This record gives sequence, C-alpha cells and structure tokens, in this order.
Amino acid sequence: MSEIAAPGAGQAPRPAGPAGPVPHAVEDDRYFVASQWQLMWRKFTRHKLAIAGGAVLAVFYVFAMFSEFFATHDILKHSSEFVFMRPQKIRFGDENGWGLRPFVYDVQKVVDRKAFRRVYVEDPETRNYIRFFVHGDPYKLWGIWEADLRLAGVEEGAFYLFGTDKLGRDLYSRIVYASRISLSIGLVGVFLSFVLGCTMGGISGYYGGKPDMIIQRGIEILISLPTIPLWMALSAALPTHWGTLKTYFAITIILSMFGWAGLARVVRGKLLELRQQDFVTAARVAGRGEGKIVALHLLPSFMSYLIVSLTLAVPYMILGETALSFLGLGLRPPVVSWGTLLKDAQNVHAVLLHPWLLIPGIFVVVAVLAFNFLGDGLRDAADPYK
Amino acid sequence: MVNYVIRRVLYMALVLVLVSMIAFLIIQLPPGDYLTVYRANQQALGRDVDEAELAAMGKLYGLDKPVYVQYAVWVWRISRGNLGWSFNLKEKVGTLIADRLPFTVLLSLSSLVFAYVIAIPIGIYSATHQYSIADFSFTFMGFVGLATPNFLLALIFMLLFNRWFGWSIGGLFSPEFVDAPWSWARVLDLIKHMPIPVLVIGTAGTGYLVRVMRGSLLDELARQYVITARAKGVEEHTLLYKYPVRLSINPIVSTVGWALAGIVSGETITAIVLGLETTGPLLFRALLAQDMYLAGSITMLLTFMVVIGTFISDMLLVLIDPRIRYEAMAG
Repeated sequence: MSEIAAPGAGQAPRPAGPAGPVPHAVEDDRYFVASQWQLMWRKFTRHKLAIAGGAVLAVFYVFAMFSEFFATHDILKHSSEFVFMRPQKIRFGDENGWGLRPFVYDVQKVVDRKAFRRVYVEDPETRNYIRFFVHGDPYKLWGIWEADLRLAGVEEGAFYLFGTDKLGRDLYSRIVYASRISLSIGLVGVFLSFVLGCTMGGISGYYGGKPDMIIQRGIEILISLPTIPLWMALSAALPTHWGTLKTYFAITIILSMFGWAGLARVVRGKLLELRQQDFVTAARVAGRGEGKIVALHLLPSFMSYLIVSLTLAVPYMILGETALSFLGLGLRPPVVSWGTLLKDAQNVHAVLLHPWLLIPGIFVVVAVLAFNFLGDGLRDAADPYK
Repeated sequence: MVNYVIRRVLYMALVLVLVSMIAFLIIQLPPGDYLTVYRANQQALGRDVDEAELAAMGKLYGLDKPVYVQYAVWVWRISRGNLGWSFNLKEKVGTLIADRLPFTVLLSLSSLVFAYVIAIPIGIYSATHQYSIADFSFTFMGFVGLATPNFLLALIFMLLFNRWFGWSIGGLFSPEFVDAPWSWARVLDLIKHMPIPVLVIGTAGTGYLVRVMRGSLLDELARQYVITARAKGVEEHTLLYKYPVRLSINPIVSTVGWALAGIVSGETITAIVLGLETTGPLLFRALLAQDMYLAGSITMLLTFMVVIGTFISDMLLVLIDPRIRYEAMAG
C-alpha cells in the first residue's frame, strides 16, 4: 500500500534533475560527509506538517503519562449538581474590565419550570479565577506516589472545561485519563503487529519459494477481509467476566491479528530487494548463520522503512479500538478510552441536546491526523538519497 | 487465460472455505453451546424448558459430535440453504439476512462508485496543480476524511442536518414506507435517503484513493515519455489523458477489493449509527444478544461478498489491462 501512496502536503519540491538533490555549493561538504541518519533528520525537519504532527503527539503522550496532574478532577468524581452541563468558557475579560488572569463565570443551576429541564446560568458578576498548580482531588500517580497537585483549578464553584456527562463527571478530565488507554493500545497493538509482520515477512522474503507463496496468499486474504464485522464478532465473543487488563490485551490481539499484513508486505518487499546484494553474499560466504544475517545485516538496513510502517499502523489501531468501544463491544466502563466516552454519544437525541459529548472524537481525529502526518514525513526522510 | 480463470476460481473457493471456518469459529467461541445459552435465557425469562425439545435440537445440530463433524454438518446445512435459527428473533437466519442483504449490497456498491467517481477527478486535478491551494486543501481534506471514524462522521452529519434543516436522517425509508410493498414511491423514498449514508461511507475511501491517484499520476508525469511528448508539441489535454491518467488509474482499480473491504466495514458501522435497514444493525444486535448463528452467518456473508467482488474486479481487470493477461498466460 505504502509504496504507491502519495507524498503528503508540505513536502519540499522534488529535485529538478534526475541525478538527485543538488545541494548549494556552501553546503556541499557537509552534505557529502553527513551520515545517513543526519541526512534523514535534515530531510525530516523540512517537512513542516510532520514536525507539527510530532509535536502534537509529544504533548498528547505527556498528557497521557501524567494524566492525573493534567486532569482537573478525579476521573470518577461525580456531581449531582452539574449534570450535562455545557462547557464553560475561559475568559480573560468582559465589559467589567480585562486582565491577564483567566477566569470562568460562576454557574448556577436553575430549573426551568415550563420545560422541566435543568438550565445552567452563568453569573457575570462573580468571577472564579483559574489558579495553576493547585491542590485538588487526591490521586496516586502511577499507583505509587500519593499527591494532590493538579495543573489548574478554581477555588470555588464549577470548573468544567468540556462540560459534564450524564453523571456530572468532568469530561475534560475523563478525556485526559482516556488518552492513556487510547494512545497506548495503538503502541501495544503495533508492537504485536511488528513481531508478527517481521516474522512472516521475514520468512516470506528471505526464503522465497513455497513459504513465500503461502504467506503471500494469506496476506492477500487478510487485506481483503472487511475488518469491522470480524472485529465486532470476535470481540463480542470475549467473555464478559474477564478483567480489564485481560480484555485490553485480547482487544489488542484482535486488532493486530488483521494489522500485521501491511507490515509483512513491506518487510518482504525490502528483503527481496536486499537479499541479492553483495554484502549479504559476503556475510553468507563468511559463514554467518541465516538468522543472524536477517537480524544483524538485513533488518538494520531497512529499519527506517519499518519505523515508517509502524507509525502509519498506529492510527489504524486507535481507530479500531475507538470503533469497537463506541459500539460497546470493546473496552467497557469503568475503563475510559476515547471510544468508551463516545459511547455516551451513541444516541442521536443525546448528541442533539448535548453536542459536547462529541469532543472526545476531536481528540481521536487529531491524534490520528498527527500520526499520519508524522508517518508521511518519516516516509520522505526514510530514503534521504532520493 | 482459461488457466488463469480456473486457478483464480480455485483460489477463491479456498478463501471461501477459510472464511466459513472463521465464521464457524465465531459461532463456537462463546462459552458453552447455544443450547446452554438457550436454556439459560428461557429460565431467565421464567419459561419452562422442554428438555426433550432441547435434546432433539442438540441431535439436529450434532452437538454431541466432535467439532469437525459439527462443522461438516453446518456446511452441509448451508449448502442446502439452511443457515440456522435465530433464537433471539425467532426466525430463520436465511430469511432475516435475505431481507437486508440487498440493501447492504446496494449501499456498498453505490458508495464504491461514489468514492471512485469523486476520487479520480480530484486526484488528477491535485497532481496537475501540485502545491496549489486547491491541492493543499484536497490533500488536507483527504487526511481528515481518513482520520475521522465513520461513526463520528455519521453523528456529525445527523447533528448538522438536524440543526440546519431540521431533518432527521436515520433509516433508509420514511416511516410510512418501512413495511410497505415495493412501489415507485418507495423506490423514490429510498433514493432520497441514500445520499447521506453514501457520503459518510464513501468519504474515508475517497481520501485514500485521492492520495494514491495523485501520487501515481505525479510519478507518471515525471517520466521521459511525457517530457518527450510535450517537447514535440502534443497538446496538454491529450497528453494528460492519453497515457499518464490511464496508467495511474491502474493501481487504484487493481486494489478495488481492498476498497470494497473498507466500504463494507464502513457500511456496517455507519448503518448501526444511522439505523439503516441493512445487515449492520442486525449483526450488532445479534452480537449483543449472543445470537451466534445469526452473527456468524452475517459475518460470513459480508466477507463472501467482498471476496466475490474482488474476484469479479480481478476478472474485469484482466480484460482491461493486457499486461496482466500476458502475465497470466506466462504463469
């Protein structure tokens, strides 16, 4: 798939001549003495969108690692006072004056007697200033250190950046916590696909012949299967009494069972190209074992392509998990992932009344976009001599 | 040529057997066989369980035999047109699916056509106007389309259409036509309900196809023969459509099977969100109720559909592209 896909936007224009890049005269020496990795880095940094994607992902993963600190509330803390409250606006000022300190208006619950609905009314007279590095709901960081330091909070009143859900839980905090599952499931799944893809692709490309034929047909079958119905059926078959961790790994296994095929194709293609090179013959003549030739000589020479395929495989996993959890067939509450949060938005009427329940979806889209941009930039950089 | 077709048919048969094994596995996966589930369900509902009836059923389905015999019995029944019984809906699985599968096929094919019809011109435009504002916007939209899960897109469309026009866009028919017999009015009603599902399902595919089309056309345009033709004064329009476009359409046409797989996947989840009367929601409900004969059969038929679709497209491709024909003759 990847070998025919288009280069992304924002990529530097192709070199004019067929002879490859023609660096400026001043850069000449540095260009020719630069190592392969230096060249890759140089080419990568020219891809602005890829840099942006990488930066966004770095922020996301920091949030996921220290989600207790970045969340403003405890994940399970609910409030009967503020149920389905719309997101609060952060303001720096109003007609009563402007300042540098952000604040939110105080919110009061009013019951609309006619419609029998809760309405939340902002009170422009009372400002609740947002304070940073505050002591909030206590937590145990990574289950080890007890702490109560939170990035932001207000002293009094409500502070719900993305509003609240049906139990009055803070959506922003839940999204931050959920990123831990959603972003890690991609990595774990990709690791499994990596192992499977390298093994199958390796056997297929290195030995060729019958094993290659069988594995290639297998891959073709896998790629042409409709994944969502199969994922749904397989994950629905998981026993409901399984614990969180077990379900989590079962889901990643289901996702990567169909995900390794693309990677195996890349590995095979590259191996077929490389195994006829002189250095491989030299290693074989020198008496290296087959396994060592693959692992020590061949793998490093297309490591960069592997990294690219891995980066592009992560979003596939994230989207898969989100879809399954959204349907209620993947991870189940109380586990929070972006997919389980979106499950609240399954009902059309819920979305119409409380559109902010779709906010977790924005994070899914942004994370997937970032991975795709990063992968695109890496792909251009993977072959710096082109 | 004939050899190639025969080999291709045998290969497809092998795939279908493999798929049926996966489907059977899905049916067998939940703990206990369906009789225990059935018994538990009946008891949960406070109904009496007729043990004699259960034993008869067990014998009918060969539940006392080893797994491979059960599989053989299952396949034999399918070949006779008996897909099993849905305990949840009290209906023959075959009837249930037959009611809905045509709509799945209709929606999937429409979305497939839509994706290609949209993607090819955009891909050509993007490649011939590389780095223009339109190219950047198309590329960006393609990325966003790829990154947005189908169900989210469906929800957003529902939200927007309701906000802007006050339409409710669920379902394939207006309420008065759901159970009505076929008539012109019903067909028109169906056509009116098609655009949004097709748009939602086709978008992700379109994004991918545009990317591939743009990339392969760019590769093609940089080739010597194009430069030569241009130097000789061939008119731009003729130059573009005579060879480069035709050549660069090949990669996206030859992977039509993958596109179809993606679209059937997307159709399933979109139909669940939009409440369309296709196999998607039926599969979903069957899975939630652990109604495994129904679920396994739907999964199998959806996969069959993709495999057969890929086969047909491969055959068409052989007719279109002489190079494949020669390879097939040589091989």
